[in-house]
Amino acid sequence: MTGRVIETDGLVRVFRQRRRPDFRAVDGISLRVDAGEAVGYIGPNGAGKSTTIKMLTGILVPTAGTVRVCGLDPVRQRRALSRRLGVVFGQRSQLWWDLPLRASFELLRAIHQVPPAAYRERLAHHVELLDLAPLLDLPVRQLSLGQRMRGEVTAALLHAPELLVLDEPTIGLDLVSKERLRRFLADLNAAGTTLLLTTHDLPDVERLCRRLVVVDHGHVLVDGPLDELRRRFSGTRELVVELGAPAPADRLAGLAGVDSVRVEAGGLRQRLTFRSDSTSATALIAAVAERVTVRDLAVAEPAIEDVVRQLYGEHG
Amino acid sequence: MADAPVRARLAAYRRLAGAAVRAQLAYPGSFALQCVGQALAQAGDLVAVLVLFGHITAMAGFATHEVLLMYGIAGIAFGLADGVVGQLDGLPTYIRTGALDALLLRPLSALGQLCASDIALRRLGRIATGLVVLVYALVEADITWTAPRIVLAVTAPLTGAVVLSAVWVVACSVCFWVVEGRELANSVTYGSSMFTAYPLGVFGPWLRRLMGFAVPGAFVAYFPTLALLGKPDPLGLPALLQWSSPVVAALAVLVAGGVWRLALRHYQGTGS
Repeated sequence: MTGRVIETDGLVRVFRQRRRPDFRAVDGISLRVDAGEAVGYIGPNGAGKSTTIKMLTGILVPTAGTVRVCGLDPVRQRRALSRRLGVVFGQRSQLWWDLPLRASFELLRAIHQVPPAAYRERLAHHVELLDLAPLLDLPVRQLSLGQRMRGEVTAALLHAPELLVLDEPTIGLDLVSKERLRRFLADLNAAGTTLLLTTHDLPDVERLCRRLVVVDHGHVLVDGPLDELRRRFSGTRELVVELGAPAPADRLAGLAGVDSVRVEAGGLRQRLTFRSDSTSATALIAAVAERVTVRDLAVAEPAIEDVVRQLYGEHG
Repeated sequence: MADAPVRARLAAYRRLAGAAVRAQLAYPGSFALQCVGQALAQAGDLVAVLVLFGHITAMAGFATHEVLLMYGIAGIAFGLADGVVGQLDGLPTYIRTGALDALLLRPLSALGQLCASDIALRRLGRIATGLVVLVYALVEADITWTAPRIVLAVTAPLTGAVVLSAVWVVACSVCFWVVEGRELANSVTYGSSMFTAYPLGVFGPWLRRLMGFAVPGAFVAYFPTLALLGKPDPLGLPALLQWSSPVVAALAVLVAGGVWRLALRHYQGTGS
């Protein structure tokens, strides 16, 4: 699948409020997402993430700007779009509370008019990957949050949409459930489904998305590949050196670009923090190898949390 | 992409309704009690009518059986409408919880999904009482049977249900503007239940205009009853009106569809 899946231009959404000034929840967002991408759409509470998603899915009319999703106008062509779009809300269910999970899937099959053979195949696929077999005959209200989310994701994918939009899909899940869901979504994306993901859980983004769009106050702060953002916004990185023989701290002191040296394990491990903009990891490793016998090396990347914290700091 | 064939969409609505019905039948005892409750509620109003006729011989120009005829048609119509669109009363909850958003993410009409998935089978109780009263009145009242009248006797409750459903949809659309607009909506919807069951002449001119024509309650049972009886309108309204309920029903549906679309657009314009 090729082509543009999401295209917005100067998207604006203003909410009128009683006895308070108008609130510009989304204030000129231009976003292009191509088929097969996995984009993390992140920002603090009230940044305009959910409002953007509502405009992308046809629930909310934009105040200004244009929006096309799968080549369609989301509000005017809502039903046509709903056939090509899957949406998972972490905090609201699209399943039927009192019905067994299987019955919810059956209803969605009828609603989306999925051919029976395709339905059987897709359901079997999800049952296997998400381990749904023991849950199919339980009423949705009896499922745990993690179990229900597996059901929600399946429900959103039974009609094989080109684009899957996930709004906080891992909220409230335990670590095992989170990891299972992330693995499933990563495979789904690898198989060609475009993903747009909003989350507060940055490991979701790190695990799933190659591209990050950071919004705040209705504006896009940054939009780019995750790796590049890391490089640009990483403050300090850390080189961890395991030595062949213990060495005192001053042996590695004074190398170009190194801010500090920390000695651990009686001198057998040393941590050098350095700034990406003053030296490269390669140059530093070469300089270290000249002074000591190196048994092992590791470069620790800055956590995405730190990157984002710094972003908000700079723009806030 | 064009919309799916109508047949496939209808099948989807039928599935939704089927799921709702199965859920309600999951507790047969409680379901039976609810039906009986509905039947008794409808019959309770009937007692009031009969008591009244213990003291009077005619109500605004209508004899007992004639009022019962009206009462039967109105009862069935209201039961049907209440069963199919009555759960739109829950719209504020759908709006507040965001459940309406989930409906908008599916390739079906939001109104159709709301009605189908909340169909209230217990209203069968109300319909049953109405049906018994209607059949009794049809037998007892002095009707000169002609082919058009036979068709009318069968279709009048259905046409009335369409009119009342349209009224219901319009009234509940108010909830999109005023989230707690339910009280206002109920005064029109449940108010119609009372209004349509009695001769127009028992109400004041102001209420007649409002609930009989602005809200076209007079076309639910009053005019069809006059047509069945071949009776000139005691209020002197044109005879043409007596057979015009289907036209009014069609117009009401058009208006309701327009108002609902407008309301939904307003919702998409404001968010929840």
